Amino acid sequence: MPAPEQHRLIFKHIGADGYTNDLACYQRNGGYEVLKKAVLRKPEDLMDEVKKSGLRGRGGAGFSCGVKWSLVDRKSGKPIYLVVNADESEPGTFKDRYIIYQDPHQLIEGIMISCFANRVERAFIYIRGEFPDGARILERAIAEARAAGFAGPNVLGTGYGCEVYVHRGAGAYICGEETGLIESLEGKRPYPRIKPPYFPAVLGLYMCPTIVNNVETLCHVKHIADMGGEAYSRIGTPGNTGTRILCVSGHVRRPGYYEFEVGRVTLGQLLNEVCGGPLPGRTFKAVIPGGSSAKVLRFGERYKGKRKVGAEMVEYDWGVEDIPMDFDSLAMIGSMGGSGGVIVMDDSVSMVEALGNINAFYSHESCGQCTPCREGSLWMKKITARMVRGEARPEDGALLKSVADQIAGRTICAFGEACAWPTQSFIAKFGEEFKGYAQARRTPRPDGVPELV
Amino acid sequence: MIQPAATDLITVNIDGKEIAVPKGTNVIEAARRVDVDVPFYCYHPKLAIVGNCRMCLVEMGMPAVDPATKAPVMDPATGRQRINWSPRPTIACATNVSPGLHIRTTTPMVKECREGVMEFLLINHPLDCPICDQAGECKLQEQSTGYGRGYSRFIEQKNVKPKRTLLGPRVMLDDERCILCSRCVRFSKDIAKDDVLGFTDRGSYTTLTCYPGRRLENNYSLNTVDICPVGALTSTDFRFKMRVWFLKQTNSIDTESSAGANTVVWSREGAIYRITPRQHDGVNDTWMADSGRVLYKQVRDPGRLVSVRVAGAESAVEFALRAASELFAKGGVAVVGSGRSSVEEQFLTRRLADAAKAGTWLVSRVGMGDGLLISADRNPNVRGALVTGLIAALPSPTLDSLGAEIDSGAVRTVVSVGEDLEAAGLTAAQLARVAVIYLGTHADATSAAARIVIPTLTVFEKHGTLVNQQFRIQRFFKAVPGIVGATDDLTVLAGLVAAAGGRSMGTDVGTLWPAIAAGVPALATMDFGNIPDSGLLIDGAPWAGLPFAEGPALHFKPTAQQEAARG
Repeated sequence: MPAPEQHRLIFKHIGADGYTNDLACYQRNGGYEVLKKAVLRKPEDLMDEVKKSGLRGRGGAGFSCGVKWSLVDRKSGKPIYLVVNADESEPGTFKDRYIIYQDPHQLIEGIMISCFANRVERAFIYIRGEFPDGARILERAIAEARAAGFAGPNVLGTGYGCEVYVHRGAGAYICGEETGLIESLEGKRPYPRIKPPYFPAVLGLYMCPTIVNNVETLCHVKHIADMGGEAYSRIGTPGNTGTRILCVSGHVRRPGYYEFEVGRVTLGQLLNEVCGGPLPGRTFKAVIPGGSSAKVLRFGERYKGKRKVGAEMVEYDWGVEDIPMDFDSLAMIGSMGGSGGVIVMDDSVSMVEALGNINAFYSHESCGQCTPCREGSLWMKKITARMVRGEARPEDGALLKSVADQIAGRTICAFGEACAWPTQSFIAKFGEEFKGYAQARRTPRPDGVPELV
Repeated sequence: MIQPAATDLITVNIDGKEIAVPKGTNVIEAARRVDVDVPFYCYHPKLAIVGNCRMCLVEMGMPAVDPATKAPVMDPATGRQRINWSPRPTIACATNVSPGLHIRTTTPMVKECREGVMEFLLINHPLDCPICDQAGECKLQEQSTGYGRGYSRFIEQKNVKPKRTLLGPRVMLDDERCILCSRCVRFSKDIAKDDVLGFTDRGSYTTLTCYPGRRLENNYSLNTVDICPVGALTSTDFRFKMRVWFLKQTNSIDTESSAGANTVVWSREGAIYRITPRQHDGVNDTWMADSGRVLYKQVRDPGRLVSVRVAGAESAVEFALRAASELFAKGGVAVVGSGRSSVEEQFLTRRLADAAKAGTWLVSRVGMGDGLLISADRNPNVRGALVTGLIAALPSPTLDSLGAEIDSGAVRTVVSVGEDLEAAGLTAAQLARVAVIYLGTHADATSAAARIVIPTLTVFEKHGTLVNQQFRIQRFFKAVPGIVGATDDLTVLAGLVAAAGGRSMGTDVGTLWPAIAAGVPALATMDFGNIPDSGLLIDGAPWAGLPFAEGPALHFKPTAQQEAARG
């Protein structure tokens, strides 16, 4: 089956010739028209549209945006804050960056519609420290939007006011975790908060109800407000509506970002057709489908079970190539859609070395607040680093798995899973490679195969 | 099935045992009540909950209800409501009781969680217990014995961190031992209100340190050493001095102010090595000031009085009492009691004044309160002096009125119970005009000028009671034997009462208390033996109108009347 065409909703203009990130260009292409209509509607109606749209968060967890908004404590009398999570740090993910750099006004329009819908008067864009240009672009765009009356004290003459601020992180992966982000925004170390009791919807920024949404999610809100929740929900597949940007990196001929209707493209179509397949003379070995913390998939393995299609249960028997790229399918086969970062590895890759690289990242980024993640992530890194250094033991794979098992599910935030899942899945699927690594290291590599680590 | 509990008690089930606990209790405290140990490091009952050590992970379940009808789902096998157990473990410290909550702490999952956390905490820990001061009272030792695997799978290099960082004048930090529980950080910020501690770096390399240019030098810094569950923070005073398992613990009271913090005095073979706070939720929680921890040094101070002297010559107590008796017979006696004396001593001082027909004075010591555990009144027992009738009004800082009586010749003999009269405003000339009978522990201008000097004991060498700012009478106990040459205050005072022609009185707390109960209305129902460790509150109503010096502090709020009187 040939791959479907891309459906470019968010990335409609991104990468297009002559498209610039200033207000005039955005308005020439229909910018802020949705906001103009939205502010004439009742906020509740907009929230309803988002609920009806079935939009799921694009940051990683895929949580329903409508439900997230409905959980916000609106009776406390405290202000409600909107925090835009632009701390895009998951290795393999580079979608929000393109939105911010190339189409910042789309994000600001999405923010303003979301703020209006939730009666938010202060929004904060928390942008990762490694995006200094992005922060400057956003600040300029906010100034432009403010001058044109699309943001600020009196939005489009309606009397509704909302200020948008840009806050730069200082370079820490954990700031992408929503409660860590909130702590950082408050000027503290980004130690994620314990939940309960600190659910952002009730006790978020400055202990006020807070909505934390991903950049891409908020851009989708603009399109939902534009076409209506019903129409939006018909894009994609049931339960996995809309479009989603897939960032493909690694050993394919055409890595890059591709926007598809959720679930309409399979991993095989994406890698083999859209991205041009493996590099010459190579074959695919493994793929991480949703950012480096997602569990790895091994080419050649089969996933069997029953899934719901419409009202009935249908048996499925998929290879990696057959998996539809949507939240539910990827969760069903034991991985996740995550942040949409698809990392491809071909047969030149040593899985031990690849895991060593991932472990080095997570041990460096563990905030250090709670014990299992703090100690476990570094321990795993030390083991894989030692293996790569040439002192591997056959039992190291089992030890790695055991350490990872002691982390997942026992930490304050989801970082525990993020750092344990790669190890767990690498060992589960490439266990033999870990066992034989001590031996394999002594075998010379084939000519022309680059060192990865 | 769990029966609905009355009032605001909530019934929970912990390891099959049901218990009703007040709303707001967390699972660790609820489990404690049914003798179920939930291990923890970062949790502290008096600090904010952060849930970072993950040692208290337990299994949690709630009674199952049908989602549609809300009717209980019964388990046919047991006839009880089925419990839906959460697949993930939950931290007990941050889980407050809720009706029907079920907790399991003995399952394989919980055991495995604890083993995992113990292993993680130990992989980068130096395991230098043989040279660590915390050994013997180390949570890491106790819980690795109780909940760890007992072997290590770690063959990598341990992290290297600073080993000897002086955080302040009294606290030394070993970062390698630190398990990053953040108790000290939370204490400094939330209790001591001196936000000097924090973490730098991240992940396993996270390091505890002071903010640049700051030092941990507030008067509560040593509490961080107390609450440190491992040997990361140690006291520069106690470090490397003594193994804790050799030390005897004696309950005592901090005498540096009227706050009356409960303490434990740690001693071995007659020497005191340290003083730590003792938990009292109504007085000092689990804290005490650093300044109160060094008071033990007065016991072996070179300035201790160790010989009875009469008219400059070394003597003995019985001769000193005879000399005193001669002075009393001449009349014109004044008694300067002390707000540092125990209730028992003040009672006898009152009896002495009555027998010698003497007026009584007290010296006040008022400073700034710190709002926590150092109150404005630096005398620990002014209220005891009021209760025993030693004085009727609050004392003044100087003895001007006594000076006037000396100048007029009305007073010719002054008994001072440990008060330095010169420091209290009497001149050397005035002291030279009178015969001073001095009972005290340390040499000072008064002991030098006194006709009769009888060495007595410090608070660590005797039993007694003190009445703190809350009118709470609290006991302190003898931690070490009295220094050679000194005599128990009660013995000396009872001897002086007799020397002044008064009734024979008991010379220890046991024999004295019946007389105190009979003679002091506010203490009528008490006996030294029946005052609990948490003390007893005395009705302070008769003295409610007095302008006490103490301002609001931990567990103390002056009455509106007192606030007004203080201005």
